[in-house]
This record gives sequence, C-alpha cells and structure tokens, in this order.
Amino acid sequence: MSEIELEIKGLNVDYGLGEQSVHAVRDVDLTLRRGEVLGLAGESGSGKSTLAYGLTRLLPPPGVIRGGQVIYHPEQGEPFDVLGLSDRQLRAFRWAQTSIVFQGAMNSLNPVHKISTQLTDVLRAHEPGSTRAARLARARELLALVGIPADRLDSYPHQLSGGMRQRVMIGMALALRPKIVIMDEPTTALDVVVQRQILGQLVGLRERLGFSVLFITHDLSLLVEFSDRIAIMYGGRIVEQASAAGLHKDSLHPYSHGLLHSFPALRGPREELSGIPGSPPDLRSMPTGCAFHPRCPHSFDPCVRRVPELGAPQGRPEQDRSVACWLHPAS
Amino acid sequence: MRLNAKTKIGLVLLAGFALFAVIGPWIAPYDPTERGGDMLQPPSAQHWFGTTHLGQDILSQVLTGTRGVLLVGFVAGVVATVLAVLVGIASGYLTGLAAEGLSAVSNVFLVIPALPLIIIVASTLPGTGDWTIALVIGLTSWAWGARVLRAQTLSLRRRDYVQAARATGEPTWRIIGFEILPNLTAVIASGFVGTVIFAVLSEITLAFIGVSDISDWNWGTILFWAQSQQALAQGAWWWFVPAGLAIALLGTALSLLNFGIDEFVSPRLRACAGTAKVRMRVGFTPVLRREGGPGE
Amino acid sequence: MSYLLRRTGFYLLTAWIAITINFLLPRLIPGDPVMSLINRAQGQLSTQAIQSLYVLFGLNKDESIFVQYGHYWAQLLHGDLGLSFAFFPTPVASVIADSLPWTLALVGITTLASFLLGTALGVYAGWRRGSWLDLVIPVTTFLSSVPYFWLGLIAIALFAGVNGIFPSSGGYEPGLVPGWDPDFLLSAVQHSLLPAVTILLSSMSGWILSMRNMMVTVAAEDYVTVAHAKGLSERRVMVSYAARNALLPSVSGFALSLGLVVGGTLLVEIVFSYPGLGFELFQAVGAKDYPLMQGIFLIITLSVLAANFVADLAYLVLDPRTRREG
Repeated sequence: MSEIELEIKGLNVDYGLGEQSVHAVRDVDLTLRRGEVLGLAGESGSGKSTLAYGLTRLLPPPGVIRGGQVIYHPEQGEPFDVLGLSDRQLRAFRWAQTSIVFQGAMNSLNPVHKISTQLTDVLRAHEPGSTRAARLARARELLALVGIPADRLDSYPHQLSGGMRQRVMIGMALALRPKIVIMDEPTTALDVVVQRQILGQLVGLRERLGFSVLFITHDLSLLVEFSDRIAIMYGGRIVEQASAAGLHKDSLHPYSHGLLHSFPALRGPREELSGIPGSPPDLRSMPTGCAFHPRCPHSFDPCVRRVPELGAPQGRPEQDRSVACWLHPAS
Repeated sequence: MRLNAKTKIGLVLLAGFALFAVIGPWIAPYDPTERGGDMLQPPSAQHWFGTTHLGQDILSQVLTGTRGVLLVGFVAGVVATVLAVLVGIASGYLTGLAAEGLSAVSNVFLVIPALPLIIIVASTLPGTGDWTIALVIGLTSWAWGARVLRAQTLSLRRRDYVQAARATGEPTWRIIGFEILPNLTAVIASGFVGTVIFAVLSEITLAFIGVSDISDWNWGTILFWAQSQQALAQGAWWWFVPAGLAIALLGTALSLLNFGIDEFVSPRLRACAGTAKVRMRVGFTPVLRREGGPGE
Repeated sequence: MSYLLRRTGFYLLTAWIAITINFLLPRLIPGDPVMSLINRAQGQLSTQAIQSLYVLFGLNKDESIFVQYGHYWAQLLHGDLGLSFAFFPTPVASVIADSLPWTLALVGITTLASFLLGTALGVYAGWRRGSWLDLVIPVTTFLSSVPYFWLGLIAIALFAGVNGIFPSSGGYEPGLVPGWDPDFLLSAVQHSLLPAVTILLSSMSGWILSMRNMMVTVAAEDYVTVAHAKGLSERRVMVSYAARNALLPSVSGFALSLGLVVGGTLLVEIVFSYPGLGFELFQAVGAKDYPLMQGIFLIITLSVLAANFVADLAYLVLDPRTRREG
C-alpha cells in the first residue's frame, strides 16, 4: 500500500500576474499513495480546491501555476511531470488517469445534453476506435455501478435529483478506470443522509476497482471517517499531515485542533464545539511568519517572525506524521 | 471607483459633444440656413466641411445641430429611464395581477418594432419639434430597461437583507428606496446610456425620413437634405460624411461608457491585468515556472 | 406544451394591442389630417372608399367609440386597410402586397445570415479571448453606433453610381417584368447585394457582442470545466458545451432584437430605393399618407410577431428544460 501514485513537489499557484497577483498555493509537497483515500481539509480560501484544480491545469483564469512539479507514477513506465505535458498529451492524460468529481452537483452536467451523451462522449474522445453500441453498453454499466437504472440514460440533467446527478458524476469519473479520482466537496450540496450513502458507495467502489482518492472537503469529521490519511491546509500551505486515526486522536497543529472541534462527529461521545475565533487570512495581505498566528491561542514569539517548516515533529516516534508549527519544531 | 480606459475615452468624447451642444451655435462660422454664393463646394478654407446646394455652410449646420441631437437624446433617455424604473421595480417588487400586467405590457412594447411605432405616432402629431420627438421616443422605448430592472429587482427581493427588512415591517417605499434602488444604480445607469444611444439614432432617423420638423437643425436634417438633393449622385460626399461621423462618434462614446459600466457590474468581462504576455486559456492553466524548469 | 400556449397567447395579446394602438392614435390626437386628404381627393373617391377611411380614422363622430371599434375590426378582418393617397387610388392592401415580398426576401435572408454569422464570430471571439479576435470589439462597436442608412449611403458612394459595380437604386433593372425568369432573378440578386451587405454589416455587430459576452460567462461554468477535465477535444468543448449553452440567451434575445433590426433595415431600403415596405413607408411619410403608414406598421408588427414565434419554436428545440412535461 505504500507505492507512490502521485507526487506534488513545491507547487505554487497564483491568481493574476504581476503586482496584483495573489499567492493561493505556496510550496506545497504532497504525496498520494496507490489505493489510498487522502483527505485534504481546510476552510474556504485555504487553497485546497486551487491545489486540486492546479494539478491538471484546470484552474480558470486568472489562475497561473508559478512553479513546482506534479509527478505521476504510472504502473508501467517512467514517472513524468503532468505540468510538462503538451496540450495533446494532457488531454489524453485527463480522465484516463485522473478524473474529478466537482463541487457543484447541480452545474457539473451540461443542461442541454442527455446523460447518455455526456457519458459516451468521454469514451469516444479517449477510445476513438470503440463502437457506439459498446459505448452505450459501457454507459449502462457505469450507471449500474452507482445504482442508477439504465433507463435514466435518456434523461436530461434537470430531470434528475441532486443526489442522482452526483452519482452520475461519480459513474462518469470511473468511465475510463482512472488511477486517481479527485473529489472536490462532492457531497456538500446534498443532505446528510444522501451524502453518507454516496460516500459509502464510493468507498465500496474503491475497494473493488482499486483507485486512489484525493478527497477535498471543509468537513473534517467526514474525512476522519472516510479517509486513510489527512492533510490540513491553511493560507495556501499544508500545516499538518497524519493518518486519519492519528489526527483524530491527537492533532498537533492548533488549527487542526480547532477544525476538528468545529464539526459534530456523527459517532462517538458528545463534545462541545468550540470553533476557531477570527476568520481565514486575506490572501492579499498574509500575516508574517506562521499565517495562523493571529488566530492561534498558543501563538508565541517565533510564530510572528518565521514561517514554520513542515516536518516530522520532535519526540514523536510514530511514523507518517508531519506538522508545520513552532510548538512542535521539526527534528 | 477606478475608471478604466474605455470609460475615460467615452467620458472625454461625451464632454466634447456637450461643450459643442452649448457653444455650437455661437462658434458656428455662418448661419446654418443662410444661403451663400459658393454652391455645392467641397471642403475649403472658408467652408471646412463644404457647402450645400444652396451654399449653406455644412460645418455650421453640424455645430448648430449638436444641441438638438443631445437635447433629444438626453430628454428621451431621462423619460424612458424614469418609466423603466417605475415599471421595472413595481413589477419586480410587487406581486399579483398588477405586477403581472405591468410585466406583460413591457414585453408587448419590447416586441412591437419601435421605429415604425415612433413613425406613426410622430407623424400623427400636429407639431414635431425637438421636445415632441424626445417625448415620443422616451414614451415608446422604456420597455427594455423595465425588463432588465424587473429581473434584477426580482433577484434582490429574495436577498436576506430585503427579507429581513420586510419581516421587521419596514414600509415598502423605504425598502425600495434604501435597500433596492442603491443596488440597481449600475443597471439603471447602463440602461440610461443604452436608451440615449437608441434615442439619438431614432431622432436622426426621424429627421432623415422627414418626420421631424426640418426647420430644427440636427444631424439627421442635414442627411435629409443631402438625400433629397441627390448629394450622392452629384458626388458631394462632404454633405453626408461629417454628420454621419458625428453620429458614429457620439454613439461610440456612449457605447464605451456602457462597456465600462458592464465590466464594473460583471467582473468576468474584465480583461485580466497582465494578459499582454500570457494568454489565459480556459481549461489549460498556464504554467510559468519562476525557476525556469521544463514548462511552456 | 404549456410553453407554446403561453407564447401564442402573448403574441395574440401583442397583436391586439398593436391593432388597438392603430385604432386609437387618430382618435386621440386632435385634428383630422385624413379629412383634408379626403377633401382634396373629392370626386375621385367612391363612397365606399370614403366610408372605409371614415371607419379607419374615426371620422364618424356620431358613433360611440365601441361601435367604431367593432366596425374597425370588421373592416380589418376583410383585409380592407383603406386607400393609399401616395399611390392614389390603389388600396393600401395591394400596395403592401406588392412590396412585402421584397422586404421579406431582403430582410429575412440577411437577418438570418447576420444572426448565424455574428453568432459564429461571437463564439470564436469569446472562446479565444485575448487573441487578435478581440479586435472585432472596437470595429463592431463603431459599426453598431452608425445608423444603418448612413452606412448604406457610404456603400452607394463607394461601390455604386456611374462607374460603380453595383446599381444604386431599385430592386431590378427597369424594363424587366417581375417573374420567375433568370434575367429578372439575376437582376434582383444584383440589386439586393449591396443593401444586403449593408444590413449584414450593421446588424451583425450586436450578435457578435452578445454572443461573445455569453461565451465568456458560460466558459466559467462548471460543466465546461468538466468537459475540459474529461479531455474532450477543444472543438467539442467549445461547440457542444460552451457555444451550445451560450446560444440559448442569444436565441431568446433574437426576438427582442428583431424589432430593432427591422427598423434599421427599413431605412436601408429607403437609401437604396428598394421597392420594399421601408421605401413605401418613406413615401407615405413624405405624402402624409396615413392609411399606408398605419397599414405598414400593422404588417411589420405582425411579421415580427410571426418571426418571434419561429424563434420560440427554435428555443423549444434547443433547450430541453422548456420541453418539460407538457
């Protein structure tokens, strides 16, 4: 389970160019392992979605990737940098290796085309040799995979409920048997019951089909339940990374701690919700030093002056954990 | 509010026209209707824009005509905008039959071709001076603005702060005056500028086909005489080119102003800063590595 | 099909309002301009023609307005629009019947062509934002600020006249008899080319601008990003995801812009002395021929309504959401 699937190295993403540009993602290193569910959490504006869209160059203008690499490790063959692909190569890479389930369940489907058209056009683009009948059969299969009756192929998006639409999107994401599925707040627009149904189904599908998931949400309690490892983002940087269980048991960064206590856990003992005082930083004028220090209850002298580096904390024997906080300086 | 280049150019041009509207008749070198000895002369030092078949100075006609054009355009714009605001907000904010009726009426006026309507109304009237024409245009061209304002009001009406104001029992006039109107300023402004463009084109058209009183000078009147005296067949291009260019310039100034307002309202239309070197493409985020690695 | 029913109802309402405006205008405004025309044509008018003008312009002061309205409708339904004074003593209905085909052909074809061409250009300009196609914006802005008829004058000055390539006026070579023979058709096409290009240039800019703006807006929609993420070809994303959706407001806007476009094209006819409704309207204005003016207004309005109905049908085909459970 520890083979590497995707490696993000020193990724920097800006919005805009020149003096007015805003640094939305700063020097992010992140590794996705084969078959795992990696959760990425943070408040809105933390850069988590920017990171996800930046990976495959899908950020809308004025987004610009200002540095870093996204190394993809295919099962066979040499690893390569996704950001260095030509347009043509990138088109072939997209969806075949990394597919995305988008935030808005409502707007991800083209309102003027039938579900069948939207499921088959991706097959046609990537497998030009396939027959129409084969593509339709595959589309039926995909709907069955997410538990939607095949007669819905002829429906238009507006004829489906929000939950069904998001299921269609998940089915679509699996159309080319990708290695990585990126989920950007896939269930936020849905009610809690449907949300859990869909995520449960997804975990089941992952076990059957063996893809890895980058799961982005602001709801840390969902991640604790559904992911293997969790990375927390704040102000465009990753501030803590740990196994889901480890983070839930013992979060080191005060921000992770705050985030964990702002959502009610569905299971386990009742806890008092504390939330985090203050509001996310303005990306235009970031605080000096650790971006979290103005809101941090434990902030002390070095926090204001220097940015803490992400690293394994001192005196923690457990593997697989890193944090960027002056309370837990790197060893 | 920072003005972009388009808005600035538009405003400067417009100020120029306004200036000519005020001082035009005084700085005109000749009386526009006075006949002279030089008949149908091309542009010269005496007559910068040439002369008509009666030896009238065309530059003087254009300068004198500016006032009428701007007056009619702005009066019609004001009349139509006031009507549009009243009908648009009322049909968007109120509910029930009255609102439905108002909205239906504005749709009807949108579909009826405006120019033929204006022609039959104006030609039925006994007098057709500048003010009459301005009123007729204003009274028949409010529907577009009303429709846009209605849509905006409908969406504002559902906003939290408006709902809250209604829940606390604030009087309707206060909600409309203090919560809704301020948020519609840009839309109203852009509707006003749009109506002025339309009004200017309409009045010139009316003068051109001879519906308006031809004793009032306006750019359309010049074109009316040029057309009726076969200026084209005689090769007298100077007779209709200056007036047409003046119309185009005024129209462009107003359109530029409206682009500025539109971009202010919907930022997506704004060109991104610094796109000169890098083209922002939807779907393929540019990769510009600072370190200069393998990229684009 | 409640959508179509609603639209049909709306067009009937609009037609009724237009007809009622026509009925009320001469009755609301003081003075009887038509009376003086009748007096001038005294002796040449049959009693029946005088009666018809009395009904149209409310000269029968003894009748109540409701009775007048009833007579008015009865007469309209018989196709009687009165006598034209500019083309005395031809009935208005036959003047219109002669000129309507010219206008329908010229305006119909050019409007459709300008919509298609302008939309296609707008799609490209919106998709390739930041490229040289941005140049279309200042050019089209300028073209849309110029009155159609003035552009027509320039076109005549440049391309027609004594040593020009195109005829400067008329709908066909004088001496030819209108009919379906090649000589006439060729001459008609030759005469309509310059006015058609003028209309095309002036009316296209509006479609380009609105389509470009819609493309910019739609390109930011999630489903377009999804289409990119799916690795579809650029063409496929542009055409069947972005443009296909951006087209919808453009088609529903078609209806609203049509009135404006028609107004402008009528003037082009005047400049080119093209034998269509616009030129007749011009002559009617010059001769103070009220019956003809009103008749032309009615016919233009009804034609625009019919065109709108066609646009609605197109919208129905294009947007599945309107087809919902009928």
